[in-house]
Amino acid sequence: MKLTINGEAAEFEEASFSVSELLKRKDVKMPDMVSVEYNGDMLDRENFDSTMVKDGDQLEFLYFMGGGQ
Amino acid sequence: MINEYKLVIPKSIKEQLFEHALSINPIESCGYLGGKDGEVTVFYPMTNVDNSPEHFSFDPKEQFATVKSARNEGLSLIGVYHSHPETPARLSDEDLKLFNDPDPVYIIVSLKNEKPDMAGFKIFKEDENTIEVHKVNLIERGD
Repeated sequence: MKLTINGEAAEFEEASFSVSELLKRKDVKMPDMVSVEYNGDMLDRENFDSTMVKDGDQLEFLYFMGGGQ
Repeated sequence: MINEYKLVIPKSIKEQLFEHALSINPIESCGYLGGKDGEVTVFYPMTNVDNSPEHFSFDPKEQFATVKSARNEGLSLIGVYHSHPETPARLSDEDLKLFNDPDPVYIIVSLKNEKPDMAGFKIFKEDENTIEVHKVNLIERGD
């Protein structure tokens, strides 16, 4: 399948796998601290395992940003 | 020791950061810095959804919009800033605990003293107990 991830084309041998698997393959070390946009919509973290990406999907992911003095 | 980390910030953008921080003080302010090749060219003020004098969090929806906006302009988000209204320009324990994104330079603007000041840091975090912090040389450039 061909995906667009953070604006860049990416190709995988598999026809589909979960968003959690995708984050693993993109070497995201702290998936609990990542927000995902799936085809333009924010994806709830509880659905990372059950949402299957497929050919043509567009995904964006970024890290939670926070802190304090 | 040679400091290999540096970030060029135009004087006008440095002033924008200070103005933004002061305008929201005592609430912590935050934002992204866009640019390329180690030079900042645009400041993106962000909403502190915590609306707190002690904490900040970005709004993920606003983050996604900002990332796309920068990308459409051919820029990357090379810096992230937040203010410390009452403490120095150094990384707090909470900053390090909540650190996740290894790419941008982390900039702290301190409003502790009468005149604001700022410092930059590059952070590498393997896990909760293995964190490397490097000071970043912030080079001010005239516009």
